[in-house]
Amino acid sequence: MTRQERGRPLVGRSVPRREDRRLVSGRGRFVDDIALPGMLHAQFVRSTVAHGEIMSMDLSAVRRVPGVVAAFTADDLAIADITAQLGRPRSQFVPTAMPVLARDKVRYVGEPLAIVVGLDAYAAEDGLEAAHVEYAPLPPVLGEETALADDAVLVHDEAARNTLVDVSLFATDGIDDIFDAAHRVVEVDVTTGRQNALPLETRGAVAHWDDREEQLLLQTCTQVPHQVRTVASRCLRLDERAVRVVVPDMGGGFGQKCVVGREEIAAAAAALRLGRPVKWIEDRKDALSASFLAREQHYRARAAFDTDGRILALDADVVCDMGAYSCYPFTAGIEPLMASAEMPGVYKVPAYRVRGRAITTNKAPTAPYRGVSRPQYVMVVERLFERAARELGLDPVEIRRRNVITDFPYTGVNDITYDPGSYLESLNLCERVVRDEGWYDTRTAAAAEGRHIGIGYACFSERTGYGSSAFAQRKMQVVPGFDISEVRMDTSGAVTVTTGTMSHGQSHETTMAQIVADALGLDIARVRLHQGDTDRVTYGWGTFASRSITVGGSAVRLAAERLGDKLRAIAAALWDTEPEQVELAGGHVRRRGGDGAHDVLTHQEIAEVAYLRADLLPKDIEPGLTATATFDVFNDGTFSNATHGVVVELHQGTGKVEILRYVCVEDCGVAIHPQVVEGQCRGGIAQGIAGALYEEVTYDAVGEPSATSFMDYKVPTAQEIPEVSIHHLETPCAFTATGAKGAGEGGTIGAPAAVLNAVNDALRPTGTELDHTPITPQTVHRALNPEPVP
Amino acid sequence: MTDDTLMTPREPQLIALNVNGERHEVITEARRTLVDVLRHELRLTGTHVGCEHGICGACTVLVDDRPVRACLMFAAQAEGARIRTVESLADGNRLSDLQRAFSEHHALQCGFCTPGFLMLAEGFLAERPEATKEEIREVVAANMCRCTGYQTIVEAIDACATARRRACAQTCPSKED
Ligand code: FES
Ligand code: FES
Repeated sequence: MTRQERGRPLVGRSVPRREDRRLVSGRGRFVDDIALPGMLHAQFVRSTVAHGEIMSMDLSAVRRVPGVVAAFTADDLAIADITAQLGRPRSQFVPTAMPVLARDKVRYVGEPLAIVVGLDAYAAEDGLEAAHVEYAPLPPVLGEETALADDAVLVHDEAARNTLVDVSLFATDGIDDIFDAAHRVVEVDVTTGRQNALPLETRGAVAHWDDREEQLLLQTCTQVPHQVRTVASRCLRLDERAVRVVVPDMGGGFGQKCVVGREEIAAAAAALRLGRPVKWIEDRKDALSASFLAREQHYRARAAFDTDGRILALDADVVCDMGAYSCYPFTAGIEPLMASAEMPGVYKVPAYRVRGRAITTNKAPTAPYRGVSRPQYVMVVERLFERAARELGLDPVEIRRRNVITDFPYTGVNDITYDPGSYLESLNLCERVVRDEGWYDTRTAAAAEGRHIGIGYACFSERTGYGSSAFAQRKMQVVPGFDISEVRMDTSGAVTVTTGTMSHGQSHETTMAQIVADALGLDIARVRLHQGDTDRVTYGWGTFASRSITVGGSAVRLAAERLGDKLRAIAAALWDTEPEQVELAGGHVRRRGGDGAHDVLTHQEIAEVAYLRADLLPKDIEPGLTATATFDVFNDGTFSNATHGVVVELHQGTGKVEILRYVCVEDCGVAIHPQVVEGQCRGGIAQGIAGALYEEVTYDAVGEPSATSFMDYKVPTAQEIPEVSIHHLETPCAFTATGAKGAGEGGTIGAPAAVLNAVNDALRPTGTELDHTPITPQTVHRALNPEPVP
Repeated sequence: MTDDTLMTPREPQLIALNVNGERHEVITEARRTLVDVLRHELRLTGTHVGCEHGICGACTVLVDDRPVRACLMFAAQAEGARIRTVESLADGNRLSDLQRAFSEHHALQCGFCTPGFLMLAEGFLAERPEATKEEIREVVAANMCRCTGYQTIVEAIDACATARRRACAQTCPSKED
């Protein structure tokens, strides 16, 4: 940074990332990098059947394997179950317990049954092979039809028809009449494949009892350190202060690490039992097949339109396959409740009815995954508009134009109030870019040559800044939402700031420091962030739902401003003037209007007074320099928005979908660090494309998952992910202290819908429309090469 | 097959590894992979493990200057070879041009895949300094990143290659000579 730049605000500028130096040098510290004296290594005996009673489990041979130190079952460790709860009547929600280690029954292939601890990971793995488990198999429940049948086998005895959540949140009076009288009704039946969020660093933990602190130190890669502390202390029956959760560098999470896993709790229990540190690192096979999955949903939806293409009503039935257990803290309600509440999205939908269900099956359990249900319901709604446009002979962009919300704040039929956004502007700009680049002409020319080029859009908003009130509407029994920050200046004038959010790639060390440095007029190099340590950070809800900068960043900003007030008050007292006459900028504390040397102090000089010469402070100012602030969003949150435009070409011979162009116009309010925002968009889009075209975990008839290695789970590489050009719009948010809206999930939300629409546009001459993701080469090939009629 | 190749997996052996110009002697089981020995015995934890089955490339290191997946190789197989890990790139506290390019182009988010990509690029550019952006994209497709969407990784490597060529054009004797 040059000297001139130093005085300018940092927010809004792509300053160098603070976290990079260590990460590019191989000096990051991830969970598996931790080594402690006497540390042992854990692996889990996992179920090989999808559904069954455990008849017997014999670990005696395991314990005899050279290098194995111990092996424990649930009964050996006596750990309390994890139970996620919604405060809803039983007709809407059935709570089910998730034992840390399965006791009587197994419910999916890969479910942990016992923990084996060895001198190293190889020895623990040797031990697994000697485990002897006998099951009385039960018929596996693997699909919606089987799960919901009248005489269904039950995954959990307490959940009739395998239904954990069944809510009908909205039903506009007279909606059936609207459908009956409508000019046109279009329907879609959309299904989406089960996906793995797939952070490149698998889950893992290192646990040990610290005698000096009288604490269990659990170092684990989690997006929600305080919530892991709560569950660990309850499962292990310790006071919460006797558990400290510390998160080192984290290699991604994408939601998979924002729920409490069973293995880290079991590892902690084993460490307590053995009096030695225990490390568990999930291997990729377990991460693929037995970790938390997401996204397997089925939507039956219809929409009514008038002659002008205006939407009159939306009616949807949503079924989400949540797998074997309800995750903590979000529960199995996470997907159906999100879909039900937010489906109308960016459109003025006057009448709405929805039923959302979560079913339980013998598959690996689900957790939130970047975007939670929004990639799916956006796809559904965007498909409805595309289909209506076709049937009404309207341009697909024009029909959206006629329906997007343009007057803000807008309260929707779903009782949500949307803050100002640029829905129409983003749509117009995105279309213009695609048109100006000549893609419409290319499409026409290609068609004449018999090539299949299609253009697709997705226009959507992303609710971020979920405060407590938004989560309370969901009736979670633990209600996330607020965040607390503390800013502390030491006698050298350097600052430490805490946040309850947890970066796993989102650059918090940089962006939070930008916010603090601006508020205090301090050089960014003098600001350091503490996150992911329950002893250092007062409290926080971690990082998910794009809440870090909206909620966490706002708390950081308010705390920094409070500390700034104190600095000003001290300086004013020293100068015998008013605090308003003191400004903090450019690395200095200045007296307004003054230009002499005695009108400038350094932060250090003020800090020295606050700590070392407290006798100089006026009576009404306490010694020390700390400030704390809490921030919450008290309305329905804030809505980032975007339009994605995609051009694809389908290859006749192979069925391959090639993305020729990807344009993203996004609006996340004030962008603290534009490069980071673009990084979030691009990464999100890559994951969205992955869901649209490549990744799926399927199960065979006995419940074996298809994806147990990267040979079977097709993660796109640089050859499949196109360059993305990003255009920024900025509608500052009125509800957050930073003017920012969240930017973490939009890419993932928009990509599947835009890609699916583009593919269907390219398929138009064939008469086939696809409504399932991932779109495989086989389906595209079949659509392009229909079998000759015999 | 000689007798010592029939050792049981748990039998330890003494091996000598040349890593980042230093000689290390390790007593380790024959079945231990190179990445595990680098990370856990030598405590060079910069090299990461993402899959242990040769697809993700997080474990990429240079063995005799060529990018290799350290999870697919036993440590014993690397005896006598020159191994380079991410820890060798910086000169003390001075980051290399490639490392700086990654940071400048925001080619990393969580940074877990980064050492693998850096070593992949380091090996590739040494072999093909004239690489085009398309070739770079093709090579980058050998490794997985779950955060960035790859574009900035390709741009970082391309920028580094371009800058090296520019510097070379000014100082190196021309190729035809
Ligand atoms: S860890 Fe070696 S390729 Fe994935
Ligand atoms: S930066 Fe996270 S996996 Fe590449």
